[in-house]
Amino acid sequence: MIRRPTGSRNDASESGSPMWTSLARRLGGLLVVLFLVATMVFFLTRLAPGDPAAIMLGDQASPEDVARLRATFGLDRPLLVQFALWLKEIATGNFGRSIFLQQPVTTVLWDRAEPTFFLALFSVAIAALVGVPAGIVSAVWRGRAVDQVVSGLALLAANVPSFWLGLILIQFFAVRLGWFPVAGYGAPGASLGERLEHLVLPSLVLGIVNSALITRFTRASMLDVLSNDYVRTARSKGLPESRVVLRHAFGTALVPIVTVLGLTVALLIGGAIVTETVFGLPGIGNLVVSAVLRRDYPVIQGALVMVAGLYVLINLAVDLIYRLVDPRVTA
Amino acid sequence: MTEPLLSIEDLEVRFRTEDGEVAPVTGVDVSVAPGETVALVGESGSGKSVSSLAVMGLLPRPAGRVAKGRILYRTKAGETIDLAQASPDRVRRLRGAEIAMIFQEPMTSLNPVLTAGEQIAESVRLHLRLDRRGALRRAQEMLELVEIPAAAKRLHDYPHQMSGGMRQRVMIALAMACNPRLLIADEPTTALDVTIQAQILALIDRLRRETGMGVLFITHNLGVVAEVADRVAVMYAGRIVETGPVGDLFRHPRHPYTAGLLDSLPARATRGPDGRRHVRSIPGSLGRAAAIRDACAFAPRCDRVREECRRTAPPLEAIGVDRAARCLFWREM
Amino acid sequence: MNAPALLFLRRLFRRKLVLLAALVLLAIVVVALAAPWVSPFDPGAMRVVRRLRPPSAEHWLGTDELGRDVLSRIIYGARASLGIGFSVVLASCLTGTLFGILAGYDRRLDGPIMRVVDALMALPDILLAIFLVAVLGASAGNVVLALAIVYTPRVVRVVRASTLVVRELPFVEAARALGVGTPRILTVHILLNVASPILIQATFIFAYAVLAEAGLSFLGAGVPPEIPTWGTMIASGQQYADRAFWTVLYPGLAIVLSALSLQILGDGLRDMLDPKLRKAL
Repeated sequence: MIRRPTGSRNDASESGSPMWTSLARRLGGLLVVLFLVATMVFFLTRLAPGDPAAIMLGDQASPEDVARLRATFGLDRPLLVQFALWLKEIATGNFGRSIFLQQPVTTVLWDRAEPTFFLALFSVAIAALVGVPAGIVSAVWRGRAVDQVVSGLALLAANVPSFWLGLILIQFFAVRLGWFPVAGYGAPGASLGERLEHLVLPSLVLGIVNSALITRFTRASMLDVLSNDYVRTARSKGLPESRVVLRHAFGTALVPIVTVLGLTVALLIGGAIVTETVFGLPGIGNLVVSAVLRRDYPVIQGALVMVAGLYVLINLAVDLIYRLVDPRVTA
Repeated sequence: MTEPLLSIEDLEVRFRTEDGEVAPVTGVDVSVAPGETVALVGESGSGKSVSSLAVMGLLPRPAGRVAKGRILYRTKAGETIDLAQASPDRVRRLRGAEIAMIFQEPMTSLNPVLTAGEQIAESVRLHLRLDRRGALRRAQEMLELVEIPAAAKRLHDYPHQMSGGMRQRVMIALAMACNPRLLIADEPTTALDVTIQAQILALIDRLRRETGMGVLFITHNLGVVAEVADRVAVMYAGRIVETGPVGDLFRHPRHPYTAGLLDSLPARATRGPDGRRHVRSIPGSLGRAAAIRDACAFAPRCDRVREECRRTAPPLEAIGVDRAARCLFWREM
Repeated sequence: MNAPALLFLRRLFRRKLVLLAALVLLAIVVVALAAPWVSPFDPGAMRVVRRLRPPSAEHWLGTDELGRDVLSRIIYGARASLGIGFSVVLASCLTGTLFGILAGYDRRLDGPIMRVVDALMALPDILLAIFLVAVLGASAGNVVLALAIVYTPRVVRVVRASTLVVRELPFVEAARALGVGTPRILTVHILLNVASPILIQATFIFAYAVLAEAGLSFLGAGVPPEIPTWGTMIASGQQYADRAFWTVLYPGLAIVLSALSLQILGDGLRDMLDPKLRKAL
């Protein structure tokens, strides 16, 4: 919220409490979102055709075996009871056991976290380091040749399917040139360097796609901010153009850009799903796809709730940054 | 009259738009002497703000440019340079230091994420080469100069914590921070309450008297002109149509447009047959008058229009020492 | 380069590009509709002896692992890919507009609707989509349903925001003061005014849906592999990519071309319909 000009002193700076109540309200809203995601995930899963117990045991299983397994997983209890129990469990961090892998979901997810974490880290780094400067340059020289090249490339990259881009990069850099491994994450126990080598192409793919989005967003934000009266004021002070652009314009555009970068991190799992599949990376995205194909519901549910939780956490973090950066945000 | 500080001669500004080139300013001749307030008057769209941005070198780039004419400015060092021809960097160094500007919208003209002090200090550090602490001290002095109470505290306030009038005071403090020799005030009071308006006008006038700077005051409000200006330049459709000392021009307008403007002042409203006061207005609107090149641009709205007016573009004709009018028939006014 | 030439280039670049995108899109749609007549081969006809042939005079874009003509499959694939994309646009815009107007107009509905929208947007598009398809079962219809659920929240947000603005406009208040009933105010006054943001959003969703459908089909969580869509073609060509690169390259180019045209069209529409941006130009 942007405070209306009142001419009075800033009450937030006096007591500090309105900021915390508003932050608490925001947290409450995000918890509602998380609860809704969990509810949706749980009930939609139960709507799905196919009995997970039967799927797991295969065609040969007797009805008694299936019933026993259903009882083990609590699938025979009333739906609402199952839901309540499940909510209680996930509130304590227990997402149940993978039907297929016979391990706790948290363990399964944790085991796959490393490649996904690195993939996310590298691709967001690429997206920020390429996208933000490119967007600024493009906005400052709007309509010039440099803008047309940058905007054109960003437009193209934003509309390339990441899996296809991945396949092409594999063909070129891995198969033809042999610079990078084709797929996988190295043999079990491979050194960190070897594992990172396997991450170069996937990070590049996700990084390219995301930097296109960040470029487009940064350019739009900068154009918006550059048309503000206070940018003209800054110029009227005789400041060098670089200072006008970086301090006065980028200074205020930074807030929305940080927001979008944060959301990019949160939504990166989506890109990771496809990218990890193309490159055969044993990450969380890959796990989700195989869980979906095998109807391994506890894993699907756990992954979805945890991704939504991550989204909520990042939103909160972005919100905090907002409050630190933008003095107008109080209520 | 002393040698002018600023002298704009035959200025023409062009903008490239999607629908081709337009020229919002086609014939502006104005000069400002030190210690003098010159009012540039006209309705919105007449080109007065564009003229001031041209002086500041702040025309939107790359769309806008000075196509013709000179903007001569006499610097502190005593040399005369043409701001229209000088390098952008040269003009930039004068901006904020020697030529300062305040804008119409106090609500949006200050950076929302920097404190008042930071915004003033930034300019001071750049032009007066003070260190951080010195610059902040100077900023506080400036806030005191523009009569902001509790200046030391206000220094650390953000624009959203201030009222419109106070923000405009901060803008003025910002503009005055480096002792400019020329202040361009673009409708500085239009967005403010009437009582605040008077205070801001008085403040600008006091600062002018104390520092001896020249003021180019841009407004559409003739009431304000009467209060602050020494001389007036009336603009219509991108051209100066009349100039002169304020008293003389108000008493004896030499252009039908000026006469119309004066007649539309509520204070000059005439009593009609029913005994009520009637505010006269000029019929029609500015429209696309700026495009008219081979006729008097005011002809479509003029109540004294004649055949010649639609065929000849009148020149800005000098009348005596200090007056000029762009009307073929000024003698008949 | 001098300034007027640059301006000319920019204008050319801006508007002509939008025009070109519209024409490309039109061409793709026409080809898709006329598939039985323009396609050189039956897209399903397998000739194993001719499998994985490179592009030639007979098979312009080569053949796939079962000897099927890649060009013909791309042409028929356009039907499925664009058909699914268009259905997604239709479904998400209709439901999104309904809920968006309700949320923007009725304060009591605003909270619940927007919480659900927030929840749906808390999950990455493709993750939510594969989850929904997994739950619903893999079929073209369910892909449409899943993607419609994924993209409806975007429409709701845009329409709600516009409704909030339009609701306060003098003419809507005047209509209300004149006793015009709420349903009528909603349909006539608000709908007409939120039409252009919806149109812009629809174009973007079309592009996203084409990309997402391909992604889902590629992952095996979308359209069944026997139906030729651009996504399924790439999925089945993937393992032959090192020998027969055309089986992957050309369907991908079809996706890029369609999505790019839609995106350019959307950008162009936004520039032309948004008065604020237009002025800033």
